[in-house]
Amino acid sequence: MSTFWSLWIILITSLNLYLLAWLLLANRKVAVSDDDDPENRTTGHIYDGIEEYDNPLPKWWFQLFVATMIFGIIYLIIYPGMGKWPGLTGWTSVNQLEREQQKADEQYGEIYANFAAMSIEDVAMDPAAQKMGVRLFANNCAVCHGADGGGNYGFPNLTDNDWLYGGSAEQIKQTIAHGRAGQMPAWGAIIGEENVVAVGEHVLSLSGAEHDVAKAVEGAEVFATSCASCHGADGKGNYLFGAPNLADDTWLYEGSPEGIRHSIRAGRSNVMPAQVDKLREEKIHLLAGYVYGLSMDAEAEAAE
Amino acid sequence: MSSNLAAAGEQPAYDYDVVRKFAVMTVVWGVVGMSVGVLIASQLMWPQLNDIFQPYTHFGRLRPLHTNAVIFAFGGCALFATSYYVVQRTCQAPLWGGWLVPFTFWGWQLVIVLAAITLPMGYTSAKEYAELEWPIDILITLVWVSYALVFFGTIVKRKTSHIYVANWFFGGFILTVAVLHVVNSAAVPVTLTKSYSAYAGAMDAMIQWWYGHNAVGFFLTAGFLGIMYYFVPKQAGRPVYSYQLSIVHFWALISLYIWAGSHHLHYSALPDWAQSLGMVMSLILLAPSWGGMINGIMTLSGAWHKLRTDPTLRFLVVSLSFYGMSTFEGPMMAIKTVNALSHNTDWTIGHVHSGALGWVAMISIGALYHLFPVLTNRKAMWSVPLINAHFWLATVGTVLYIAAMWVNGIMQGLMWRAFNADGSLTYSFVESVEASYPGYFIRVVGGAMFLLGMLLMAYNTYRTLTAPAEEADAADNAQLQAA
Repeated sequence: MSTFWSLWIILITSLNLYLLAWLLLANRKVAVSDDDDPENRTTGHIYDGIEEYDNPLPKWWFQLFVATMIFGIIYLIIYPGMGKWPGLTGWTSVNQLEREQQKADEQYGEIYANFAAMSIEDVAMDPAAQKMGVRLFANNCAVCHGADGGGNYGFPNLTDNDWLYGGSAEQIKQTIAHGRAGQMPAWGAIIGEENVVAVGEHVLSLSGAEHDVAKAVEGAEVFATSCASCHGADGKGNYLFGAPNLADDTWLYEGSPEGIRHSIRAGRSNVMPAQVDKLREEKIHLLAGYVYGLSMDAEAEAAE
Repeated sequence: MSSNLAAAGEQPAYDYDVVRKFAVMTVVWGVVGMSVGVLIASQLMWPQLNDIFQPYTHFGRLRPLHTNAVIFAFGGCALFATSYYVVQRTCQAPLWGGWLVPFTFWGWQLVIVLAAITLPMGYTSAKEYAELEWPIDILITLVWVSYALVFFGTIVKRKTSHIYVANWFFGGFILTVAVLHVVNSAAVPVTLTKSYSAYAGAMDAMIQWWYGHNAVGFFLTAGFLGIMYYFVPKQAGRPVYSYQLSIVHFWALISLYIWAGSHHLHYSALPDWAQSLGMVMSLILLAPSWGGMINGIMTLSGAWHKLRTDPTLRFLVVSLSFYGMSTFEGPMMAIKTVNALSHNTDWTIGHVHSGALGWVAMISIGALYHLFPVLTNRKAMWSVPLINAHFWLATVGTVLYIAAMWVNGIMQGLMWRAFNADGSLTYSFVESVEASYPGYFIRVVGGAMFLLGMLLMAYNTYRTLTAPAEEADAADNAQLQAA
């Protein structure tokens, strides 16, 4: 803030407060003098039958007004407010935040540091870590992936063992920290609607769904030239590109014939936002352990 | 009821036609705006109601329709009706301005209809309480300038030596709203239906809340204090308590309100000094706000017995109680420490509605129940028991609404800041939403009661306007003609 604007703020603030004090005191004196018989004192004005008493300002109201003004002046001496004046305490909202963060670090830092020293696989087995993980997940992840991590249309299910970018502990941590951007290009204009339908039938055939055999054979040729580079010749996907496995029955979007054709025709764009600037390393570590644990449950269930 | 219509000497032929039109439209828009309010309160309780006719009935589109309808359609028409009535009678001069007078009526109705069409269609400038797009903003400016010309023109032509205090408040409200509207709505048009704000970043936010809070301070407070200063002494038949107090609290109120907007931006990107000033000025605003309440309620000393028989007066007095309560709550919520708990919770919505339902709506309703008989040459409304029923529905409805929001708001604030021993948050956001459902339900009930009261008023008004002219006795006749 330049000195001019600082002085301007100080000037208009002081002027307003000064005029208020003057207004209050000037009108107090006049009123006090005709206090003896207020019931019969009017100003003499009559508006459409309405008269006005000349009663003095109520004392308690006057005192309340003065008290708030004194509080305000003291506050503006202690805290920033008058232009560039920093206030006697040197308080700023930034240093308040820093103090609170420091306090939280002192209080909770050790707990997180202990988990950060453990491997993600061990964190996933630790009941105390899982208890904290479920709270972190509820506040940071559940909006998209669901409270139980079961996913939603366009948001992957984290409780099964089907992964777009890999299900190892380190891969999961990488996904949480730095995010992912999945791009399925729109093929409609490139291969034409006829081939979109054919490729769709081929994709249906990969997971053993009901399909048109003749068209699927036709589609397999297009698939080999246009799709296999990401999804693999067998359609089983590739963690490097986040290209989904098309040969299982897990669908991020729709698995219906038209849903698949839409994905081929118009493409898909999907983003997992990076958490590294939002959550600290220790929290990401803990969350990775929690998410890793979610799929371990699925494994255990499958084994039973 | 209007026993104090005694007027001094011959009176000029006042223009009551425009007053009558605005008064009737106040009731109509009140019913419409509050119906939308009950609908969106129900949508928060039962989200499926968003799907009645998507995307037009989505909460995000109907919420600005509700706020615009109750503030600018219902509240605006109430202010036009009462200010046109009061300025004529207290200046003893008919409205000045010729065709400008009907232009303000039809122009304002056009603004409201355009709002009701464009907001559900999704046209919005995305500025709270100023969502209407730039062509409508220009129309508002034209109507408002005409309003100012008519109002101040009438003041200039007055036959009385002084200007009555109600007119100070109306005048302050008209002038300031003109400045607020023009500055805040400044935008760069891209197409007929889309524009971008002339300001950016934290400055845009500060201009927006300078406008937003003074929409409360001048539109919803100063304007309605103007209503209070005429209709309370008139209905009570008592002189105003203290002229001295009027002077002090008027100047203090209008000079302080203009600073207070930054308390909406505590703990934001706004510089610390601006936040502090907003908080300090909001606190000092407590006494000037209460000045109006004291002057209104103390005016009743010597006339308290009238409350037993006169439900119209009860509306006016209870509105002052709600005014006193919400103007205590406001400065308190402007304190940073309290704001850290209350901000973004339902407490804010409760605070707004204790002002909007308890103060603004109830004083308007009281003033209208005083006005309709005068405008139709009658001694009273068609049914006084219906006014009484309306009073209880409105009071209980308001109390249910704000109590539910207090409980919800404080609960949400506490849930959001609750930590476990391990430093993680105890509750997720959605858990605080789930916990809010009982409060949402009570809000729907309270809002529906308030709406039911408005429907009674609409029926009562319809019967009063259409009933055959009554035979007034000689004494009344003289008064009514004077009126």
